[in-house]
Amino acid sequence: MTDGTIEYVTAIIGGQLFGLPIARVQDVFAPQKVTRVPLAGYEVAGVLNLRGRIVTVVDLRRQLGLPVSDDDIAPMAIGIEYRGESYGMLIDVVGEVLKLDADSHEGNPINLDPRLARVAAGVHRLDAQIMIVLDVDRALGGIAMAA
Amino acid sequence: MDELLREFLTETNESLDVVDVELVRFEREPNNAEILGNIFRLVHTIKGTCGFLNLPRLETLTHAAEALMGKFRDGMPVTGDAVSLILATLDRIKDLLDELERNQAEPSGDDGDLIDRLHGMVTGLAPVPAPAATAGQLVYQVLERPLRPGEVSLDELERAFRETPGPAKAPPKPAAAQKQAASPAPAASIEKPAPPAPEEKPEADDDHRARLIKPSIRVQVDTLESLMTMVSELVLTRNQLLEISRRHEDSEFKSPLQQLSNVTAELQEGIMKTRMQPIGNAWQKLPRIVRDVATEVGKSIELEMVGADTELDRQLLDLIRDPLTHMVRNSADHGLELPAERRSAGKPDKGTIRLSAYHEGGQIVIEIADDGRGLDTEAIRNKVISAGLATENDIAKMSDAQVHKFIFAPGFSTASAISSISGRGVGMDVVRANIDQIGGTIDLRSFPGRGTSVIIKIPLTLAIINVLIVEAAGDRFAIPQLTVVELVRVRANSEHRIERIRNAAVLRLRDKLLPLVDLKSLLKIDDGNGGAIEDGFIVVMQVGSEIFGLIVDNIFDTEEIVVKPLSSKLRNIPMFSGNTILGDGSVIMIVDPNGVAQTLGAAGTRGAAFEALGHAPRADEHKTESMLIFRAGSQHPKAVPISLVTRLEEIDVRSIESSNDRHFIQYRGQLMPLIPSNDDVRLRAEGVQPLLVFSDEGRSMGLIVDEIVDIVEDRLVIEVRSGRAGVIGSAVIKGQATEVLDISHFLPLAFEDWFDWKGESSAVRRRVLLIDDAPFFRNILAPVLGAAGYDVTTAGSADEGLRILHNSQAFDVVVTDIDMPGTDGFALTEMLRNDARFDALPVIGLAAQVSPEAIARGREVGLHDFVAKFDRRGLVAALKEQTSDLGQAA
Repeated sequence: MTDGTIEYVTAIIGGQLFGLPIARVQDVFAPQKVTRVPLAGYEVAGVLNLRGRIVTVVDLRRQLGLPVSDDDIAPMAIGIEYRGESYGMLIDVVGEVLKLDADSHEGNPINLDPRLARVAAGVHRLDAQIMIVLDVDRALGGIAMAA
Repeated sequence: MDELLREFLTETNESLDVVDVELVRFEREPNNAEILGNIFRLVHTIKGTCGFLNLPRLETLTHAAEALMGKFRDGMPVTGDAVSLILATLDRIKDLLDELERNQAEPSGDDGDLIDRLHGMVTGLAPVPAPAATAGQLVYQVLERPLRPGEVSLDELERAFRETPGPAKAPPKPAAAQKQAASPAPAASIEKPAPPAPEEKPEADDDHRARLIKPSIRVQVDTLESLMTMVSELVLTRNQLLEISRRHEDSEFKSPLQQLSNVTAELQEGIMKTRMQPIGNAWQKLPRIVRDVATEVGKSIELEMVGADTELDRQLLDLIRDPLTHMVRNSADHGLELPAERRSAGKPDKGTIRLSAYHEGGQIVIEIADDGRGLDTEAIRNKVISAGLATENDIAKMSDAQVHKFIFAPGFSTASAISSISGRGVGMDVVRANIDQIGGTIDLRSFPGRGTSVIIKIPLTLAIINVLIVEAAGDRFAIPQLTVVELVRVRANSEHRIERIRNAAVLRLRDKLLPLVDLKSLLKIDDGNGGAIEDGFIVVMQVGSEIFGLIVDNIFDTEEIVVKPLSSKLRNIPMFSGNTILGDGSVIMIVDPNGVAQTLGAAGTRGAAFEALGHAPRADEHKTESMLIFRAGSQHPKAVPISLVTRLEEIDVRSIESSNDRHFIQYRGQLMPLIPSNDDVRLRAEGVQPLLVFSDEGRSMGLIVDEIVDIVEDRLVIEVRSGRAGVIGSAVIKGQATEVLDISHFLPLAFEDWFDWKGESSAVRRRVLLIDDAPFFRNILAPVLGAAGYDVTTAGSADEGLRILHNSQAFDVVVTDIDMPGTDGFALTEMLRNDARFDALPVIGLAAQVSPEAIARGREVGLHDFVAKFDRRGLVAALKEQTSDLGQAA
């Protein structure tokens, strides 16, 4: 960051491009055998075994208030460590890693959808579209404990 | 933090703990030179290291303490004051160490107060040492200034160290300190140059390690924890491999896999072992605590510790440390009497607290017993009432043992005068909560004037458990095997089928109605065919005294799993206690039996005070009853204990046959008479007719009711007795006045010969004395026994029973309730056994729930048999057995 660039892992959720600071991303994986957890919060899709660790799977679509995709294409997940625990964030498609100029970072547009604004840490204007920087801590911190 | 400093802190803290224990020992055995030697060495080592690390405050303080201990070795009488002073000094040292740990620097300040007292004690009490008696060469040393507080003259020091075995044999490093202190006045001459301090330390350490500790290395707890985690994962991976290999017959992997499996098991065991620590580690501070309490309140207390080497998981050790400390402190403070009081009670002045630990059936049993005054039942009663934990009425009906259990209720403290020792806001409720948290149980026995003992049972480890894998709505869940009592297959038309009363599902199992909970609806994962649970499995579970059935779709096998904690986002779901990875690699949620039990309505009404008493018998819990509520003839609710009801039926009115104003139906190949539950109730004209079916020895009767309302769990207190036949009286159940029916009234109505045909097997009517404090049970059981051909006399208490026995010795057998206020069934049996006239009289005990402990106790006091309170058939069988024995013997 000191050299003026930030690296992001990009992901598309509901057609919108998001960027996760690469330092926070542990891995990207295709979730398999997700065990649903009854009575858990709405955003929690379940738990799965990722190389011997139990990972809590969070469905970002649900958290962003987007319709839950019901197509059969297995979504991808981005592995995040948050407060010593492992989480997997379900996304639709994982994109390339972008190296962006820190100068191109802007604050949240004032009219950003409040659900998005809650998890957004500003935006980057790219040539073709706008990338929302996903604030991982706020996204995970905002999950209700349970229904 | 500086590595050296960290090492120093760890080591010094350990040394201080040893000194604590040793000093208390020393106080009792002031002539034991070996103990003194140990203490001296330890303090000396601490002092030496302080000098080396440049911690002047600590050094001066230890130095002063050491000087006093030196005096002891010279033969100064060991007084309690002196020991207290040294202990106080050690406390100060600990405070300083704490500060040091936090700030990595000694706090500023001055210990002049302690040093003056220590010094005062040295000079005031010390016998003048005769220098001539000192071995070795002494050089006259001069210090050209008065001694500072805490300083001892050099020659005295020199002599002390020459006489000290072990580390002190090394040239004294304190002398170096002394030299430093004296440096402005270099005239102090020292015979030998002080060697560099660090050289001394290893020597001292080796010496004391050889004596006190087996060779060992220090490993960070974190390292062990992460090893444990890795082994857990290895176990899971192995399970996965085994699963794969099972699917491939004749695989060449089989043999190496078996080998891997064995090694993994051994590795797991080995790692588990590294987590095990002797329970003595949690006891280390206790002698000191007991001593302090004893000194403060003026008691004389002996602390016995048995089984200190019993090992348990480190994690558990940490969790029980505080509860144990608290309970021992309690015993010392409240349990034991003052010497004068003990003397007048004919007991030795010195009270004893006995702490013991041992393994029993995969559990650790820890017992804290004192020979004090026992619990003050009256005080507890009053406190319970004033704290509103129970009504006066309830309390009056409770046995002493039941009353005692209240000390575990939240916010309860018996100490009327809160001393500075106990009364620290931590009550037995916190103790109980801690024990609960680790899946343990706590029990209490108190004998007036003879003492109290608390028995704690905890599992060996929390990490690995056996679970039963079940399926509900397509998902798999794990249920801890420990709580599973049995598994029942239910089908629509089989013997075991699920019956419904409004929303409550029940299962008739061996003539008992078992409340059922559907796992699917509990977890809100109903897949739509929730109504069709006629075909499935029931996992019968026991949590504390609560027994219930959990309805699941399918049952797989059992598996040994490594419990993994839930993510913080899931931790507050009460239905799950953890999760784990199964052999096939998928994650499974572990059902928390406590969470499930809580959802049964009963848990809420019972009050937190009893929820976690573990295996406490049911009668201890306010005698709550599962009651079936129904309406018949009026809107006024009526009730009958569900344990007496065999089945609930709804029959087509067209199948009812009538003759002579009596109604019958064909029921299970027999003609079953139908009896209206009162004069106002009418058979329905059409549709289905609800019935309560009561069965006894193959004969059944149906009680006609209008509507089955609910099953509730509540205390059954008959408030108003009834003069009407068929009604015992009225009770308030769930806030509503409810008529409680007397089933025994209806049995003869159904079969005029009900009493006769059962009595015919026995030509002579045996005389039975039935003792039960609850009129309800006397009313229920007396007719049952009468019907079985016995001549029954009832008594409402053990004392009344004894009076009846003494007046008329013509009883063949005694049937007594076990849980009764005042003299309980066990005590009564004991009395009878000790009375020559009754020592052969058969006694059958009745208990609301028969636990192995109760059976053991019963055997001890000489009960002939033990029967569950509602097991009428069992009771009749037991009576038959006992009285026929009698017949043969006669």
